[in-house]
Amino acid sequence: MATTAETFQAHGDAHDHAHDHDHKPGFFARWFMSTNHKDIGTLYLIFAIFAGLIGGAISGLMRLELAQPGIQYLTLWASMAEGKDVSMDSALHLWNVLITAHGLIMVFFMVMPAIIGGFGNWFVPIMIGAPDMAFPRMNNISFWLTVAGFVSLMLSAFVPGDATGNGAGIGWTAYAPLSTYGSQGPAVDFAIFSLHLAGAGSIMGAINFITTIFNMRAPGMTLHKMPLFVWSVLVTAFLLLLSLPVLAAAITMLLTDRNFGTTFFDPSGGGDPVLYQHLFWFFGHPEVYIMILPGFGIISQIISTFSRKPVFGYLGMAYAMVAIGVVGFIVWAHHMYTTGLSVNTKMYFTAATMVIAVPTGIKIFSWIATMWGGSLEFKAPMVWAIGFIFLFTVGGVTGVVLSNGGIDDNLQDTYYVVAHFHYVLSLGAVTALFAGFYYWFPKMSGKMYSEFLAHLHFWVFFVGVNLIFFPMHFLGAQGMPRRYPDYPAAYEYWNQIATLGYKIMAVSMVFFFLNILYAFVAGRKAEGNYWGEGATTLEWTLSSPPPFHQFETLPVIEDAHH
Amino acid sequence: MATAPALKDRNRRVALYALLGALFMLGLGYASVPLYRLFCQVTGFGGTAQRVSENQAAGVEVSAATMSVRFDGNIDRDLPWAFRPDQVTQTVRLGARSLARFTARNLSDHPITGRASFNVSPDEAGKYFNKIQCFCFTEQTLQPGQEVSMPVTYYVDPAILKDEEARAIKQITLSYTFHEDKEATAALAAKGGAKPLDRPANAR
Repeated sequence: MATTAETFQAHGDAHDHAHDHDHKPGFFARWFMSTNHKDIGTLYLIFAIFAGLIGGAISGLMRLELAQPGIQYLTLWASMAEGKDVSMDSALHLWNVLITAHGLIMVFFMVMPAIIGGFGNWFVPIMIGAPDMAFPRMNNISFWLTVAGFVSLMLSAFVPGDATGNGAGIGWTAYAPLSTYGSQGPAVDFAIFSLHLAGAGSIMGAINFITTIFNMRAPGMTLHKMPLFVWSVLVTAFLLLLSLPVLAAAITMLLTDRNFGTTFFDPSGGGDPVLYQHLFWFFGHPEVYIMILPGFGIISQIISTFSRKPVFGYLGMAYAMVAIGVVGFIVWAHHMYTTGLSVNTKMYFTAATMVIAVPTGIKIFSWIATMWGGSLEFKAPMVWAIGFIFLFTVGGVTGVVLSNGGIDDNLQDTYYVVAHFHYVLSLGAVTALFAGFYYWFPKMSGKMYSEFLAHLHFWVFFVGVNLIFFPMHFLGAQGMPRRYPDYPAAYEYWNQIATLGYKIMAVSMVFFFLNILYAFVAGRKAEGNYWGEGATTLEWTLSSPPPFHQFETLPVIEDAHH
Repeated sequence: MATAPALKDRNRRVALYALLGALFMLGLGYASVPLYRLFCQVTGFGGTAQRVSENQAAGVEVSAATMSVRFDGNIDRDLPWAFRPDQVTQTVRLGARSLARFTARNLSDHPITGRASFNVSPDEAGKYFNKIQCFCFTEQTLQPGQEVSMPVTYYVDPAILKDEEARAIKQITLSYTFHEDKEATAALAAKGGAKPLDRPANAR
């Protein structure tokens, strides 16, 4: 950031106070009909934590079943869910339902709401000096559509998926023909409808962010002076806007194939199931950048703050994200190397995929260069951010391995892939989320958390997640396929360690919730800028929490080099 | 900074452009269906065999090199037909027109209309496998118990020898799968007064 913002006050203190107490609507109007970007951001964060608990609990069930070879719990759980003794097929169907729910919840109802809806809504308007989002009412609709989508997904668990049991067992990718005539029950329709709702909410959110960032910047806040977090949300919003409609088209075709006799993906009428995979991954690959790019932005703010330096290579960092976004649209078939692509096609997708390592490398390099020679302070957000850099780099390296069409023939749909995408998403995006949470929580709540508990949370979490996912590289390289609840005894050792890792990670989450509790019960009151001189963006010029309406007099951003 | 009404207008304009962008991508998603079909037909992607006219076939020079062609016949899971090739393999000279036959038999007690989907394997051979006439170009209706011999005339384009990716291919498999055309079958049943298939409503 080339700007300093601490040189002006957005409001007089007394004025803030008046706002704090006088103009807030009542409880129902404030939280259920909210048009305030900060309140909607808070709602998104609460929703994401709730969805994350469910999605995380599901992964715990899966790790429990996978701790040993054989089927230990699935039949019992399926019998409990159905209220009668069930067959092995029903137990295996439950497994498919669990992996589907885990994937969909974590992608659409945890990471995206938290990182875009939560932090994006809270801090994009503040960081560009805007009073609110461009379309506050549409912002409200976006949130409640996301909630409705989540409800629809939850409902799908209570209606038949196929002949063997309730729930949609189609994987988060919902490939045809498994999702068409392979699962004829209404559960899949509920799951698809859930994606329609969440997708519509996200597209509206994207339009809102693009308009806000283009039109509502304070005087002097040029595009090239925007904080990197705002840049990251801008690029993400474009990715959402251009990729989600393709998913909407694909899943609508699934719906009509299922219910209205069309044959988009059915060979008997001239369709092709592989077309669904192309459409899905044309959305699906940008989607993974949608989940990680705002994390990049958060990490840039944090590293800069705790190094007390502007980010190294600001423009390079901003345009690296633009480059990742653009190239992200032309690499989708690297998810489909085993669908019969020609050697030349594979060569193109291999090369294009590897090219993404260049802008990503620029980002990793610039974060390290920002820290280099900086006045480093290892507060909780900084420790999480450095953890992010390490974990994301590990995931990035295995990504370069998997980008090779030839190697992927061997590793496709093994646990190596599971390890890879959990290192970049579960460990990468989620670590960035926690980093952002500890960075901004006192700003949002006005209460300081316990630094000790935040560090403890980090270290236990870090050990836990590495224990879960690092052994999966070995399992995958040895050929263990994903999406099965059972495996040969040879894979038992590393699976037991992964399950142990899950338990450690689960303990770390106790520290997280204890910390939130501590902050609200006994936390010190947070100052406006509790991080000191390294924190230069506009949110640090406001009180903690910020006034209900900020920047009624627009701030003027002056160039630091005057 | 613009005044409030001007900002509102500008916001609406940007949002409108963004919405148009989203709608364009939605349209592109649907446009991909015919585009993908066209792409497969032009490039032979996914082992899509080519369809050529008599005239085009007559202009192809016959080469001394030969190719083995293997035949494969399948039925969709709920089609009560028997369907198999009359010959397992043929060895043909590149560019020479050949005839292969398949036999289909309706095992049910009512007339059924079927349509065959097809492709060749390896996928790289799709561009060079040309069909002049094929039973798969049209729908086939079989009366109860009727057995029909179904011909396909084809040739393998000698240009396959000039393709780096495809010239190593020694054998091409031509595979068909017969699917029931439910609408046509139902129309037959309505016309002939035959009893329609007894199927649960939610079946495909």
